[in-house]
Amino acid sequence: MFILKYILRNLFRHRLRSILTVVGVAVAVLAFGLLRTLVGLWYSGAEHASDTRLVTRNAISLVFPLPISYLERIRGVSGVTTVSYGSWFGAYYKEPKNFFANYAIEPKGYMELYPEFILSPKEKNDFLLDRKGCIVGERLARTYGWKVGDLITLKGTIYPGQWEFVLRGIYHGKEKATEERILLFHWNYLNETMRQTVPRRADQVGYFIVGVKKPELAPDVALAIDSLFKNSLAETLTETEKAFHMSFVSMTEAIMIAIQIVSYMVIAIIMVVAANTMAMTARERIGEYATLKTLGFKGGHLAGLIFGESVAISFLGGVLGVVATFPAASWIETELAQFFPYFSVSSETLLLELLAALSVGVVSGIFPTWRGATIRIADGLKRIG
Amino acid sequence: MAEASEPIVRIRNLSKAYRRGAQIIPVLTGINFDIARGEFVALMGPSGSGKSTLLNLIAGIDSADEGSIQVADVEITTLGESDLASWRAGSVGFIFQFYNLIPVLTAFENVELPLLLTHLNRRERREHVEAVLDVVGLADRMDHYPSQLSGGQQQRVAIARAIVTDPEILVADEPTGDLDRVSAEEILQLMDRLVREFGKTVVMVTHDPRAAEKAHIIRHLEKGELSVT
Repeated sequence: MFILKYILRNLFRHRLRSILTVVGVAVAVLAFGLLRTLVGLWYSGAEHASDTRLVTRNAISLVFPLPISYLERIRGVSGVTTVSYGSWFGAYYKEPKNFFANYAIEPKGYMELYPEFILSPKEKNDFLLDRKGCIVGERLARTYGWKVGDLITLKGTIYPGQWEFVLRGIYHGKEKATEERILLFHWNYLNETMRQTVPRRADQVGYFIVGVKKPELAPDVALAIDSLFKNSLAETLTETEKAFHMSFVSMTEAIMIAIQIVSYMVIAIIMVVAANTMAMTARERIGEYATLKTLGFKGGHLAGLIFGESVAISFLGGVLGVVATFPAASWIETELAQFFPYFSVSSETLLLELLAALSVGVVSGIFPTWRGATIRIADGLKRIG
Repeated sequence: MAEASEPIVRIRNLSKAYRRGAQIIPVLTGINFDIARGEFVALMGPSGSGKSTLLNLIAGIDSADEGSIQVADVEITTLGESDLASWRAGSVGFIFQFYNLIPVLTAFENVELPLLLTHLNRRERREHVEAVLDVVGLADRMDHYPSQLSGGQQQRVAIARAIVTDPEILVADEPTGDLDRVSAEEILQLMDRLVREFGKTVVMVTHDPRAAEKAHIIRHLEKGELSVT
């Protein structure tokens, strides 16, 4: 009880110093949490990928298309339930800065394969029936204020021209991590236009999405599909959706590793700063510690006092950092929605933030605690006066 | 008051030296010295004569190189650090030149400190603290922090802290060294009262001859040797 009282009173004995240290730890913990969340989100696409979906693409590169004629042959592979296909469209809305993911897809199979895109039955039906129809995620609709029935014109980059769509539905994600910043429209609309304007680009798709009966069948089905097109002009590479996502993520892995290192460096720096503060504090109070030892208090008591203060300051900073994480994440989600469509901090990250703060307290308290607990009384008393 | 002839402190062949790099500086050499129970002893001597070192050794806050120190029949030179801390908590009261109060604790809490190491409950601790603050005349200042008290009042709080566990011996290192004449006189009278009324044994280091006059015996320490006045 006394130790607790003494720690609490000592905490703000040098108010400015303590407040600066607490704020320093809080900022470091906040930065650590946000950077870790960023890294986590980078990989979340792969983590949320279905294990019963395969992606078949051109073996050379994703930028090379595959003929639509592959569709029936893929459907015929044992273990395959549904096959859909699509092409990256790459258009933007009004200005290049209004860029978001947009795909030309085969809608019926796609809707079956992606049950996480939730549409009302009416909207789904309207979309399926309208060749110029499109659907968008809720976040995207909110960003541009789109409503069902609106006419949306996109400016093509890969497929030049003005492309008009009628918004037939706004889907919402089954989970928070489900991507809601996508526009999907009929591949047939794209293909018919290509037939008329650039016939050599017609009847081609960017990828096939293949549904399998059970996850265990995925490797065999992938092999079977790729063997069908072996030695053809467009050989295929079939992989799980997770591997497909990871191939994108791996392109930026070095950046992610750098961000992770920075997140740990932030904690290491504040550890040194906090250790310096605690060392200064303990040095100033050596006379007090010697007095307490003179009165009969033992090294363990003093260790509790000094260590407790160090941990308390860091823990306060940690709690402040964790509390600040929520508005910070919300601000990022709102203001930087273009880059971070959802910025949800996991409970694991929050726990790591607290652990980081505690480790700052523990590490920064070790030397002052040792010094305070082992001080020779006669030496310590000489510091007074 | 206990009989003056009964020694409470018995020091035999006590030696202590300090190291400064490779140099060894002897401070006390072969000291033999008894202090009777209930005696008020003043240790005087020039700076660096070793009087504070001797006081620290008697109080068990420094360790001797050679020799024996018995305080109330306890041979303290053989005690380990932990046992020595427990012994200090129950047997010795300390009065320092600069009071050494904890600034973030009130007068009451400062006095209560040594009792936290005992088995007394909260109510018993409160009774003890209030009693000793009354003895030193600060019953009405128990909620004041050290910064809200004068030097003399702070030293009286320190004396209350020293006697709250009812130790057999009080050691005081220049207890009036930081006080004005009036406050110093009050502190000396209080210490004298502790000896006369409460039978405490007091060992006091001082430079001040007026302070030393209050003592029953004055010992001069010079070049490691003691003499009696």
